Amino acid sequence: MSHYLTTIGLEIHLRLLTKTKAFCGCSNCFGGEPNTFVCPVCLGFPGSLPVLNSQYLRYAIKVALALSSNVSGMMKFDRKNYFYPDLPKNYQISQYDMPLSLGGYVDIISDNKPKRIAITRVHMEEDAGKLVHNKRALSSYVDFNRTGTPLLEIVSEPDISSPEEAYRYLIAIKSIIEYLDVSDCNMEEGSLRCDANISIRPKSQKELGVKVELKNMNSFKGVRDALIYEEKRQAKALSADEPIAQQTRLWNEEKQVSEPMRTKEEAHDYRYFPDPDLPTVSIDATLIEEISSELPEMPEQKKERFIRDCGLSKYDASVLVSDKVMACFFECCIKLYPKPKMIVNWLTGDILKYLNANNIEFNSVKTTPQRLISMFELMDNKTISGKMAKEVLHEMLATGDSADDIVKKKGLLQISDKSVIEKLADDIINENPKVADDYLSGKTNALGFLVGQLMKKSKGRADPQLANSAIKKGLGKKRP
Amino acid sequence: MEEFVKYTASQLKKKIAQDNLAASDIASSVADRYDKVEDKVKGFAHFDKTLLSERAKELDKKGCAGNLSKIPVVIKDNICVKDELTTCSSKILAGFKPPYDATVVTKLKQAGALLLGKSNMDEFAFGSSCETSCYAPTNNPYDLEKIPGGSSGGSAALVAADETVLALGSDTGGSIRQPASLCGVVGIKPTYGRVSRYGLIAFGSSLDQIGPVAKDVTDCAGLLNIISGYDPMDSTSADMPVPDYTGSLIANIKGLRIGIPKEYNPGSITGPIIDEAAPVNETGIKIREAVDMLKDLGAQFVDISLPHTKYAVSVYYIVGCSEASSNLARFDGVEYGYRQKQPGSLLDMYKKTRGEGFGAEAKRRIILGTYTLSSGYYDAYYLKAQKVRNLIKQDFEDAFSRCDIILTPTSPETAWPKGLKTKDPLSMYLSDIFTIPANLAGIPALSLPCGYDSNGLPIGLQFMAKHFDEEALIRAAYTYEQNAGWQKVRPKL
Amino acid sequence: MTIKKDAIRYAAGLARISLTRQEEELFAEQLNHILAYMEQLNKLDTENIEPMSRAGSTGNILREDMVKSPLSNDDALKNAPEKEEGFFRVPKIIE
Repeated sequence: MSHYLTTIGLEIHLRLLTKTKAFCGCSNCFGGEPNTFVCPVCLGFPGSLPVLNSQYLRYAIKVALALSSNVSGMMKFDRKNYFYPDLPKNYQISQYDMPLSLGGYVDIISDNKPKRIAITRVHMEEDAGKLVHNKRALSSYVDFNRTGTPLLEIVSEPDISSPEEAYRYLIAIKSIIEYLDVSDCNMEEGSLRCDANISIRPKSQKELGVKVELKNMNSFKGVRDALIYEEKRQAKALSADEPIAQQTRLWNEEKQVSEPMRTKEEAHDYRYFPDPDLPTVSIDATLIEEISSELPEMPEQKKERFIRDCGLSKYDASVLVSDKVMACFFECCIKLYPKPKMIVNWLTGDILKYLNANNIEFNSVKTTPQRLISMFELMDNKTISGKMAKEVLHEMLATGDSADDIVKKKGLLQISDKSVIEKLADDIINENPKVADDYLSGKTNALGFLVGQLMKKSKGRADPQLANSAIKKGLGKKRP
Repeated sequence: MEEFVKYTASQLKKKIAQDNLAASDIASSVADRYDKVEDKVKGFAHFDKTLLSERAKELDKKGCAGNLSKIPVVIKDNICVKDELTTCSSKILAGFKPPYDATVVTKLKQAGALLLGKSNMDEFAFGSSCETSCYAPTNNPYDLEKIPGGSSGGSAALVAADETVLALGSDTGGSIRQPASLCGVVGIKPTYGRVSRYGLIAFGSSLDQIGPVAKDVTDCAGLLNIISGYDPMDSTSADMPVPDYTGSLIANIKGLRIGIPKEYNPGSITGPIIDEAAPVNETGIKIREAVDMLKDLGAQFVDISLPHTKYAVSVYYIVGCSEASSNLARFDGVEYGYRQKQPGSLLDMYKKTRGEGFGAEAKRRIILGTYTLSSGYYDAYYLKAQKVRNLIKQDFEDAFSRCDIILTPTSPETAWPKGLKTKDPLSMYLSDIFTIPANLAGIPALSLPCGYDSNGLPIGLQFMAKHFDEEALIRAAYTYEQNAGWQKVRPKL
Repeated sequence: MTIKKDAIRYAAGLARISLTRQEEELFAEQLNHILAYMEQLNKLDTENIEPMSRAGSTGNILREDMVKSPLSNDDALKNAPEKEEGFFRVPKIIE
């Protein structure tokens, strides 16, 4: 990408975890039998009217404040008019020119440097229903359970200059939202959705290139992959002097390519106008103060505290706070075992490696802070070696068993009995007379080989320090 | 059989108590009257005798002691009644039976009312003559060749024809008051927010209100008591206490300040376009007589000005059609109502369903409203109209600093022959010139009879008052009615 | 401002209404008549006037976040012109 500059903007749709839908008392549930969480209001039956859910407003304000966005004193709802079968009224209640909040930002690390991504606006809108397509059937099927569930749309400025930055921005947003407990941010389940706008232009060119909209990404990784693919595709086109069409493209996860949308795109004319069924909403300073005071410690603040109070590196602290559950796990650990650096090394090292390799979220980790600390204590009292500990941890993460049980079950107790080890050392020396002779004739690196053989014979259970001295002692006996 | 439906609600209540009448007795009287005159009037969109007699039996079994116990009430066909046909007199809602009651219907049921059926209307309330109904047009009980007014023409005609005692209508730009005026009955458009709109199939959401239609002011006040009040299901309903409107049935208006807009000078009202030089018509004469009587009764008349009123029709059709184009988007053949089932794409299904399901006037207004909201025209039409709407509202605020109520004719003319204005939509629109401003400003207004023209057709008088001052309307109207006595005139059918 | 037949077609398309040729012509003529009347609004200077999009304004009307019982699937689908296994059915959509 050396000749081109990339410009990316993201639109995130976040489903908020209120008990009921945005404008009616239907349960805000996921899934269920089709058309069972519905009422005249969310079905858009004639004569029905929307009434705003107070908790939806509170959650929305919470998110806006956490993103440092300026909450408006007065907001209104507008109708976005378009026909689609998943939209029962054939308009969506959204916000147009007086949204919930304007401005805001998220800080990320890009190329090891901090970067601030500006947010344009945060607005409230209702979700649409779901269409079910059956390849063989001649019809499509509509389920309105999701219709009217409360969404927040977070629109970024086109400040993002690489797919990796887009990925980090998403992670940062997710970690902020998770701290607020207002959404589960699960992209695979659709509670967080992300569309991207991307354009590239030659470095020498001032004005932005042709914008392409990307949709249908189902994971954070998918967003990054789609942007990488699109960046390359556009660069190739530009290099070959081919024009780039302004269009919407769908990410095909299976084929790992973006494809233009098949349906003919109409010029959008949404005919936004103020929804006469919903009065304007005034948000006074008292309410904003009340909600601000309820905000928990945010990742950025937590990170600062970890660096200051636990002496963690900036990098380690960032990794920890990027996942609310992991940060909480860490805080539980340091209360039990005051060695923060050791804890963070294991957390961000072996534990994360295991979880990532097995595609497990931290909140489904099978072990507990208490159990991890028990394992540390087994290391401290030499019951297990550091090397064995890695094996034990792996087992703990796989089964959820305690370190004690695993050690006992697998017979992994460290051999610290001097006489047992010395017996083993004598055996090894006798089995390798040539190596022993080499050592005695001055080739000191032969010692390592013999210790290694001993460890192998003990299946790694021998205390390494004892093994070392036992070999030396045994060889000493051979010295003429 | 005694024709109980000829009584007013207050009279019938006494009769029911005196003679210990059952709901079934009243239902039979309704059915009897229906058989006699409905062929001439055609006021009902949906009426089912069997259903009516079942409902009456149920009422008798339950024994309801509510304020409207056993009183016959007709509901306009754009107000939802659970499990009963609610079609807005449109083909596109053919067969629709809502799974819920409108809030006003719940209130009527709680009050023990005997619901008769649904009254005919202009399709989706688009019209002033009841001629755009997908059913047969309703006829004016005073002259069956003439229109009853609209859009609540069915409600007004059924009350006038003694086919019901009370009726509910809805009023977006005069749809209660104009047919009340043309049929010689009383109708109120309450303040926007006074009555819940939940369950009223929307035309213009910022303009619509449900209101009573009755034979006299007393019944209107009683019915308004029942249907008024805050509803948590309607964000635009007002969370304010509701007075007892029957407390305003006082025949005394000494000192009441009545404003006459100079732009509507009743001495020179000639028709749709106000022209002070034009000769006085019969409506103008009757209005002037009413003014004289009110003066004698102690009212104080003041000159006021509503300078932006001449823009009201333009503003109303832009705002109303814009809102309607969005409100009526939901009628697409997916969840309810008519669907064109020929094989084809989704787009074909939408277009044909809506092309065939809506009548000409509905299509015209949806297209107009879509156009006035569309990209490039929003500012010139919709936004401009909303600004002028504010000016119209301010006109009223200024006027009400000088008077308590405003008096105008309800309609510039009496009932016209069927078919006269159907070819020229604008002329139809202009017939609402006196009623539209109240909807734009959100203020309450009432129409009551103030005489008859030389052909025996009723003429109506309109009172308008400040927001939430229905009491002033009722008091002025009651005083006039008690002295003028026009409510005693009935059509000969 | 006059409305051309193209504009009628465009608005009818947005509104998903099929019109016959006669309807197109008739509506163009009638809407031109109506829009010509509405021209009167342009005589008025509304530079500093706030638009009024709602008739009532009485503070925030909000709802408690409490679950109410939904419609049964039968009631939801009772009026549907086409339905199948708890779903509303529409002509096949190609994405």
